[in-house]
Amino acid sequence: MLVAENITKRFSGVTALDNVCLELHEGKVNAILGENGAGKSTLMKILSGVYPDYEGQLLWNGRPVRFANTKEAQEAGIAIIHQELNLIPYLSITENIFLGQEIETIWGTLDKKKMRQTTTELLQKLKLNVAPETKINELKVGQQQLVEIAKALLLSPQVIIMDEPTSAITDQEVETLFDIINELKQENKTIAYISHKLDELFRIADRYIVLRDGKSIDSGEMAGMNHDQLIQKMVGREIFVHQKPALSVPQEELLSVQHFSLKRSTKRPELVLDDLSFTLKRGEILGIFGLMGAGRTELFEALFGLYPSLTTGTVRIEGKEVKITSPVEAVKEGLALVPEDRKRDGIVPIMDVKQNISLASLAYHVEKNGVLNTQAETELATKYIQELGIKTSSSGQLIKNLSGGNQQKAILGKWLATHPKILLLDEPTRGIDVHAKSEIYKLILQLAASGLGILMVSSELPEIFAVSDRVLVLSEGTLTLETPVENATEDKLLKAAISKKC
Amino acid sequence: MQTTLETQKQRLSKLQPLIALFVLCLIIGLLSDKFFTVSNFWNVLRQISVNICLSVGMTLVVLMAGIDLSVGSVLALCGAITAGLFKMGIELPSQNLYIGFTLLGASLAGVLTGALLGFFNGFVITRFKVPSFVATLAMLTVARGLTMLWTKGFPISGLGEQFAYMGTGWFLGVPVPVWISAVVVALAVFLSDKTKLGRYIYAIGGNENASLLSGININKVKIIVYTIAGALAAVGGLMVTSRLDSAQPNAGTGYELDSIAAVVIGGTSLSGGKGSIWGTVLGAIIIGVLNNGLVLLNVSPFWQQVVKGFVILLAVIIDKANSKNG
Repeated sequence: MLVAENITKRFSGVTALDNVCLELHEGKVNAILGENGAGKSTLMKILSGVYPDYEGQLLWNGRPVRFANTKEAQEAGIAIIHQELNLIPYLSITENIFLGQEIETIWGTLDKKKMRQTTTELLQKLKLNVAPETKINELKVGQQQLVEIAKALLLSPQVIIMDEPTSAITDQEVETLFDIINELKQENKTIAYISHKLDELFRIADRYIVLRDGKSIDSGEMAGMNHDQLIQKMVGREIFVHQKPALSVPQEELLSVQHFSLKRSTKRPELVLDDLSFTLKRGEILGIFGLMGAGRTELFEALFGLYPSLTTGTVRIEGKEVKITSPVEAVKEGLALVPEDRKRDGIVPIMDVKQNISLASLAYHVEKNGVLNTQAETELATKYIQELGIKTSSSGQLIKNLSGGNQQKAILGKWLATHPKILLLDEPTRGIDVHAKSEIYKLILQLAASGLGILMVSSELPEIFAVSDRVLVLSEGTLTLETPVENATEDKLLKAAISKKC
Repeated sequence: MQTTLETQKQRLSKLQPLIALFVLCLIIGLLSDKFFTVSNFWNVLRQISVNICLSVGMTLVVLMAGIDLSVGSVLALCGAITAGLFKMGIELPSQNLYIGFTLLGASLAGVLTGALLGFFNGFVITRFKVPSFVATLAMLTVARGLTMLWTKGFPISGLGEQFAYMGTGWFLGVPVPVWISAVVVALAVFLSDKTKLGRYIYAIGGNENASLLSGININKVKIIVYTIAGALAAVGGLMVTSRLDSAQPNAGTGYELDSIAAVVIGGTSLSGGKGSIWGTVLGAIIIGVLNNGLVLLNVSPFWQQVVKGFVILLAVIIDKANSKNG
């Protein structure tokens, strides 16, 4: 059927896939398993023509192929349903399904009748009981997911790739989806199904393929496997542990979060974070692990005052209850947030290193009556460039010209200049090479030893083990595990992250 | 080696508007003997002083990746309010009350009105997350309507010599409007380069998310900047009214486009974060010289518009090419 041989894919120096081999069996549901960052989505994007440049080759029905774009893959018979919904909200179901595949009459106008008819047939097949004229934004998320599937089925593909199709839909909609998958199987369609919800996979998958760190680890029949065996295959790496410097301050309580909840939005009351309670001591590093969508980033953003009207619960800093309703207040209370997406939320790319470092602390260090003191600013920047070992030609270098690791250090510098009490680090080493990673870990450990309290979100288990004193595990917005790092094992954490709420 | 080359390139791209201005002056000077005269020099500067006031405010707004389309209408309303208050004061016959205004009082009232309208722009943009294009487009209409209401559709004229000083007078051998715009430019350069507010303006335009997460009160900064832009439009309104000795209800129509043109020609990026007050001043001078030159060369005013349009396009294309290389 579809076979991938020795696929290697690099993103600007980072190897995402390393000699991966995979075989999709015809007429079966092939489950692709792996942790976040294992390379599942990258591999699927290669199969479906999203990434045309890679090493290795694809065999399609025995013939080598290389798809230059998704259209070629579609025409060959491979359709992908992406993790994020790719529908246009203000267009109708029909218009979305036929987007780029419009049927025209001999006059060159749109053949709306025919398209409408085909859409109706597809919707019937998927048991989606809505009119084809309905606009996408009037549909529920689960229904939108079904429209995505309808769109994929339009060209009657042989292979359908589903990337985390159940991440946004309700249990009932999952049942409908599984019925559809079974029907597709009857029609001898091949399905590649990516998910980290193991329970689902046991119900519907025929075969499994495990990826870990961009390598193919194992594959085989699903029958006869159990939870623990699969998890074992997904984890199991060497862990490198840094020497922790001795703590220079007494271990008193710094942050206490009690019954902390966050609603999705004012219109959608479901809880993104559900009744979280935890504490953080001075000098402690609390690792927060969870899979995508577990609510880790939302926890940080909510603590930092981005959703004041959606949160409930109490937050105490040094024993004093605080109400943080904006980032301005968060900074005043001694919080600092190093965001996950450095480019989008972290750096101001067209400013230089110095201006990025001073940005959050102008009010404390370098201005008087609103007038900037550029000399003080340069001194401040130079201090952190030296202390954190930021490699830059000068403090006047544009920050976008620095490597990811050095940009991250500059952002750390920006926050240290505000003399924070608590650091919130969201995926602090994402997209950073191995060497710079280990430097950042060293810095994190030093900062904790100097008395800061650190909350660190990570989806990389080795990272959690490398620096944490204690680990919290989030799963779908609830706290499923809290443990000292000494008692934690990889599969214990992963199990807690995968487990559904009881 | 490479870095010095790069900075040289950057410096060169910063000098581009200046070189363009120089070449432009040279060409017009060769074609017309009236161009390089002292009186024409002051003439050009006096003509652009209104646009400079508007463009300075516009630069601050555009640096934050916003836009202010309302400046032309705000200019008209504030000019009319000042003229009306100065000439007629406020009469409340029911309470047998009359409030007269000195020139200073009326001018302050005009500037205050501009600041208030700008504040309102900023408030709507930050509180209701309305795109600045839409919010200020609405203000463009509202302020024009208010001007018509205030003036009942007729010019307010005959304001007297004292009033005319602002637009036509001379001080120490330099026209008063040139003094005013010079002070505005000096204050704005100081604000944008030397103050915390200025830094925040650049940061918000460079990356609004990062600025928010750095604990910058971005709503406050935005409101302040739109308020400044409104106040500067009012200052422009005073100068226009004074020069014409009359507040015209349709004054300032289309001025927002001239000021956006000056900002863009001056190298400020419409996507925010990049640019300078000095660039805008140069942009305004280039437009002024171009207008002046085309008039001196007896080019039809219709052709002037066409030429101006192409100059704006050219400026943006050159800027795009530069940023691609850099």
